[in-house]
Amino acid sequence: MKRVRQPHRAALIKWGRRQSESIVISGDLTASCEADGFRQEFPDRFISMGLMEQNMMSFAAGLAREGLVPLVHTFGVFMYRRALDQVEMSISYADLPVRMFGFLPGVTTPGGPSHQATNDIGVLRTLANMSIVEVGDATDIEGLFELSLEVEGPLYIRMLRGDVPRIFPGGTGLKLNTARVLSAGTDIALLTSGICTEEALRVTGLLSGAGVSVAHLHVTTLKPFSDPHLLEAIANARYGVITMENHSSIGGLGSCAAEIIAQEGLGKRLKRISTGDRYLQGASTTWLMANYGIGAGALVDSLEQLIGEPLGISAESIASAETSEFTGADQLEAL
Amino acid sequence: MPQSGAAPVGAGGNWVNECQRMADGIRRRALAHTIVHGGYLSQACSSAEIFALLYGHAMKLGPSSGPPIPPRYEGWIEDKLERVPGMVYNGGRAAETDRFFVSPTHYALVVYSALIEAGRLDGSALDQFNTDGSRVEMIGGERSPGHEVNGGSFGQAVSQAAGVAWARRFLGDTGKVWVFLGDGELQEGQSWEALMSMSFHKIDNMILVIDVNGQQVDGRTEDTMDIEPLARKFEAFGAVPVAVDGHDLEALNTACEAPHDGKPLAVLAYTTPHQGIPILEERFPHLHYVRFRSENERDRYRAALSELDAGGRAA
Repeated sequence: MKRVRQPHRAALIKWGRRQSESIVISGDLTASCEADGFRQEFPDRFISMGLMEQNMMSFAAGLAREGLVPLVHTFGVFMYRRALDQVEMSISYADLPVRMFGFLPGVTTPGGPSHQATNDIGVLRTLANMSIVEVGDATDIEGLFELSLEVEGPLYIRMLRGDVPRIFPGGTGLKLNTARVLSAGTDIALLTSGICTEEALRVTGLLSGAGVSVAHLHVTTLKPFSDPHLLEAIANARYGVITMENHSSIGGLGSCAAEIIAQEGLGKRLKRISTGDRYLQGASTTWLMANYGIGAGALVDSLEQLIGEPLGISAESIASAETSEFTGADQLEAL
Repeated sequence: MPQSGAAPVGAGGNWVNECQRMADGIRRRALAHTIVHGGYLSQACSSAEIFALLYGHAMKLGPSSGPPIPPRYEGWIEDKLERVPGMVYNGGRAAETDRFFVSPTHYALVVYSALIEAGRLDGSALDQFNTDGSRVEMIGGERSPGHEVNGGSFGQAVSQAAGVAWARRFLGDTGKVWVFLGDGELQEGQSWEALMSMSFHKIDNMILVIDVNGQQVDGRTEDTMDIEPLARKFEAFGAVPVAVDGHDLEALNTACEAPHDGKPLAVLAYTTPHQGIPILEERFPHLHYVRFRSENERDRYRAALSELDAGGRAA
C-alpha cells in the first residue's frame, strides 16, 4: 500500500491558507504533531503554550469566543485525560468550535500508557456537544478541513502522523457521519476505524476466496453515530457484525455499534475486537496489535466464530498478504 | 553484585571521584546506545552528575532485590501477584531508607545507566531498551527498573511523592523522599500545586532535584514558555531553593544538605544539555531526542565515545 509522508503537515498549511481565522496552539509538541510547517508559514497565528494543557484548553476556548478557530495540537492523552474538566467546562459546555488534534492513539506509540490514548473515544463520547472523528488514511486527513466546516461545536480528531497509508483515492474528501464503503456484502458487516482498517484489508482480500461476503465499512465519525449506510449494512448482515478498533473495549466503535443495534432493534450478533479493558505497554505497533488482540488473526477468529465454521485462512496466508509496516526496523521515539 | 548508595565509597574518602566515574559511565552508556538506536542523549549529558550523586552518595537506599537482568514483561498475561515493581531496584520499602521518584520518566535511559553504574542492574540490560516485551521501556513505567511511578505525564510524580512523604512522616519513617524533576515540566500547573501543598503541610522529609537544562521538545525553554525566575518562584511557594552548578558534584551535594526545617528543599541544578559530549552542541537547541542519520555522523560520535572511553572527560 502506498504511504504518504506527513500528510497532516501539508494539509495544515493548506488549512491555514483557506481559513484566515485559524490559529494553531501547541503544547511543546509542534513538530511531533506536524504543526511546524504551519508555524513557519503563519508565525503570527501560532501560539506556543509549553507544557500546560489545562491552561491551553481554556485559553483555546477564549480564542474561540472571539471568533477565531483554535486548532489545538498535542497528544490525545494530554487533552482528554489531563485536561478533561477544562475540555468539558471551557469548551464543550460552551459549545465552542475548538478543533482538537489528538495524536498517538492506542498502539501507535511505544511511549507506554502515559502516551497511548486508549480510551479517548469512550471518554469524549460522553461530552455533550462534542463531535468525534478518527482518521485512518491520508485522504481522511486531507479531508479534515472540509469536514470541520460541517461541525459548529467542538471537534476531537483522533490523528495519525508520520507515514500514513493512502487507502482511499485522494480528493474524495471526508464527510461527517458518513462511513467509507470498502466492500458490499451480506454475510458479515465489518466496521473498522483508524489503523484497523488497513489491518483488516489484509484479511478481507482473502475472504472472497473463502466464499464469505463482507460489507466492510471504514468508520470515521464516532459521534454522531447514525449513518444510514451503517444501519443498512448491519441490518443485511446474515451472520452478524464485527467491529475492530485501536481502542479499549469500552466506549469506542464496538460500543457505538452495540448501542445502535439494540436501539434500532436490528438483533444481530456482535463481535467486538479491541485492545481490551486494560492499559498497554511500551512496544512496537505491530507487536502491540498482535498481542493486545487487534491483529488480523483476531479478525479471522471472530469471523469463524460468527460463521460457525473454519475459513481455511492460514496464518501464513495472512502474513503473506500485504503487511502493515507501521514502524520501521527501529522503533520511533514517542515524541 | 556490589551495592552502592548507602555509604560513601571509601569511608569519607573519595566519593567525588567515584561519583564522577559513575557520571562518565552514564554518559558513555547513553552515547553508545544512542549511536546505534537513537535516544534521549542530551538528558544523560545534563543529568549525569545528578544521578551519579543521588545513586552514588546522597541517597540512602537499601540493596536492590531486582533481577540484574530484567525479566520479560507481557502485560496482557501478567499475574498481579508476580508483578516486579521497578522500585525494588532502589531498595524497596524500609522505614529508615530513602525513596526515589523520577518524575520525567523520559529520562529512563539515564536511570537504567545509573542503576548499572551503581551495580543494581546488569550492563546488558540496555540491550533490551525499547524492545518488544521488555520492561526496560523507553519512557519508564511502574515495572521499569528504578521507577516507582509512571511519570510520562508530567507533574504528577511530585504530587504522588508528596503523598508518600506525608504518609511516611505520619507512619514514623525516618527515610527521606527524593524526587528528580525536569525544568520543562514546571510549566505544568500541577507542579506548583504540589509545591504549595508541600509547604502548607510542612513536608520537609522531601528533596527535589531539578535538572534545569533549559531545553524542551520545541527548543529552548525560554523561547517555548519561559519558567524563570525559578529560585524566586520556589521561594514564594514556600520551599528552600538552592541554585547550583549541576555538574559540580561537591556543590550539588552541599545543596542537597542545605537546612530546610519545616520546608521542602528544591535543588535547582543548572546544567548544560551537551555537557561531556561537546560536539552535541551543534544540534542545540533541538536535543530532546537525538538520532544520527548518516554513517558519517555516527563515526564522529563514535570518535567522541572513544574519547570518553579513553577517560578523557572531553570538556
